[in-house]
Amino acid sequence: MRAVDAVMECLKAEGVEVVFGYPGGANLPTYDAFVDAGIRHVLVRHEAGGGHAAEGYAKATGKVGVALGTSGPGATNLVTPIMDAMMDSVPVVFITGQVRTELLGTDGFQEADIMGITMPAVKHSWMIQHPLEIPRVLHEAFHVARTGRPGPVVVDIPSDLSNADIPYEPVTDVHLPGYQPTTDGNVKQIRQAAKALAAARRPVIYSGGGVILADAAAELTEFATADRFPVTCTLNGLGGFPAPHEQWLGMLGMHGTRAANYAMDEADLICAVGARFDDRITGKLSEFAPRAKFIHIDIDPAEISKNVPAHIPIVGDAKNILVKLINEYRALGADPTRLEEWWTRIHGWQAKHPLGYTDSTDDEIKPQRAIQAIYEATGGDAVVTSDVGQHQMWAAQYYHFNKPRRWLSSGGLGTMGFGFPAAIGAAVGCPDTTTVCITGDGSFQMNLQELATVAENKIPVKIFILNNGYLGMVRQWQELFWDNRYSQVDMGQTPDFVKLAEAYGIAGMRLTNKGTLVDDLRTAIATDGPVLVDIRVTREENVYPMIAPGAAAREMVG
Amino acid sequence: MSVVGDPGTKAELLSLEELEASGRLRTGRKHVLSILVENKPGVLTRIAGLFARRGFNIDTLTVGPTDDEHVSRITLTVDGALHPIDQVTKQLHKLVNVLKIRDLEPADTVARELALFKVAADGVQRAEVLQLCEIFRGKVVDVTRRAIIVEITGTTEKVEAFEGLLRPFGLVEMMRTGEIAISRGRGET
Repeated sequence: MRAVDAVMECLKAEGVEVVFGYPGGANLPTYDAFVDAGIRHVLVRHEAGGGHAAEGYAKATGKVGVALGTSGPGATNLVTPIMDAMMDSVPVVFITGQVRTELLGTDGFQEADIMGITMPAVKHSWMIQHPLEIPRVLHEAFHVARTGRPGPVVVDIPSDLSNADIPYEPVTDVHLPGYQPTTDGNVKQIRQAAKALAAARRPVIYSGGGVILADAAAELTEFATADRFPVTCTLNGLGGFPAPHEQWLGMLGMHGTRAANYAMDEADLICAVGARFDDRITGKLSEFAPRAKFIHIDIDPAEISKNVPAHIPIVGDAKNILVKLINEYRALGADPTRLEEWWTRIHGWQAKHPLGYTDSTDDEIKPQRAIQAIYEATGGDAVVTSDVGQHQMWAAQYYHFNKPRRWLSSGGLGTMGFGFPAAIGAAVGCPDTTTVCITGDGSFQMNLQELATVAENKIPVKIFILNNGYLGMVRQWQELFWDNRYSQVDMGQTPDFVKLAEAYGIAGMRLTNKGTLVDDLRTAIATDGPVLVDIRVTREENVYPMIAPGAAAREMVG
Repeated sequence: MSVVGDPGTKAELLSLEELEASGRLRTGRKHVLSILVENKPGVLTRIAGLFARRGFNIDTLTVGPTDDEHVSRITLTVDGALHPIDQVTKQLHKLVNVLKIRDLEPADTVARELALFKVAADGVQRAEVLQLCEIFRGKVVDVTRRAIIVEITGTTEKVEAFEGLLRPFGLVEMMRTGEIAISRGRGET
């Protein structure tokens, strides 16, 4: 059969239900194969939209996402989603077309060295050298993307090779001698960790996106409640522990709660699970959790002691390790009353510094209020994607995630333009759940061309723009750290989003009244198909509390 | 004081000392990394890229075949006094095409490099060069009226010592391979 038909067989064998892509010259053979393959293909309007949609699909479902682009500009348009998936460990297979082999390296039409361009942004990549390699390489690509610490992989297929005639045999056994992720976790280390936890008087569980990726949210909750361990989550870890829980401290880091950050600051033992001590978490590294010893559970050995030296490192799959750790911990019969003093201290912070804002006295909608209203209108039961900026932080603070894979946000790379296409992927992957994109007027305009995609495919994404006419987060930093000298943050002539929605043939709404906000949002959610809602919010509102960049948790402001 | 590398705030300018102090742990010695890799296109770029990303300088690099045609051996040396290498070693391990890495202990390792020296020695000087060559167990591999080429193998220190002695005689140019290294004892490197 043609090599491209073998590609389709591989996708089916890997359980792929849907791919997001865009055709072009170099991947014409692949697109010919789609005609008869029986695999759903969502035609996006820009390859970056397709890449982020594949990420959203992967994050929401736990399956591997697939994105396609042609050679040259098609491939380079995928670079941002590839890097985004790398930073947040999202399993996506990117398949790019490439010019014919005889043109490689000659500056052929639409040629780009996508292998070279993406090398520091992929978990691994392959350029097909011979058509016979295609089935094996594709199966290896899925294997590498989904196992260990998940991540993006690129398979680059020159167009002449994809048109070759090859025998297809299903590959059932992937053998990569240089790729053997550790999953089990050292038993001795786990025992050590249990002992340290049993002896700790001021412990904190610091849970990250790895818990979501490992499908270990239930185990994390069981572990935390095996005693009264306080739990905080990173931005990408939200939903790994139910937000309305008495042991929940809220998110930590730059815009985390005071209770979470102060607890980290005073902790004597921090148990990090699938988290990587990012600078947005630690603040000033030399003053981060100065009294704590660290247990660090991570599947990636290169994360251990990268930023913060781990006293008890445990390399492996979070789910596996937590199950063993719970057993070891229970066997020790630790006395839960030893944590009472610690909880008194934490409750003191929680009572004194709850998350809050000053609401408007008139109809004006505060952005925080808008998030609370979205939470109320969705009943807390939706897949929520966000873009990057102030609205992202407010969503993380005021939408309470109680399940994993319900919060999809670009955490590591901080990619504006991620949220809307990610919502498309999530809605395709989870058709029975309401999918909401919380975005800003700046971020939304970075990938708004996908309105055509949702309109054409009737993908019922509800887009809520928190519209303040500013690049709000940059404006906040210019206000706070650059002496109020606003530079290129006023978005000026913002488009009429309602008319824009209508131009694309979908429903549009503009909300300006706080009093009817929840009801209006309910109407939007109840409307069939995609809806674009322009929520006019207070123009100059800051995200608080905040640890200024380079400051310590103790020095939180706001 | 601001964190080095955070461009978001209008920090005071950092002094050179502060920039140095912000660096991570350094071992202070030369490291010889012996890396077994799958013999596939792009492997060297991936490895070099990991060093480049952190601004590390690779001092020497040799690549050669092994007894298995699918596997190549890369030997590279980095200065642990200039760069913290522990993190980069862990990152190297993550590359799918990398099969094995050893950070060779100098005491348990035999390391050699090959060097070719072109010396413009004639007349009396030529005799002196030949004498030095004998002391260093070098080999004259080419002689013309106006120059001779000497080949020596040895440790980096030996090659450098030889170079220092040859220089006054008119060293035209020098080619060095960079070190290859093998572990002592019965076990595989």
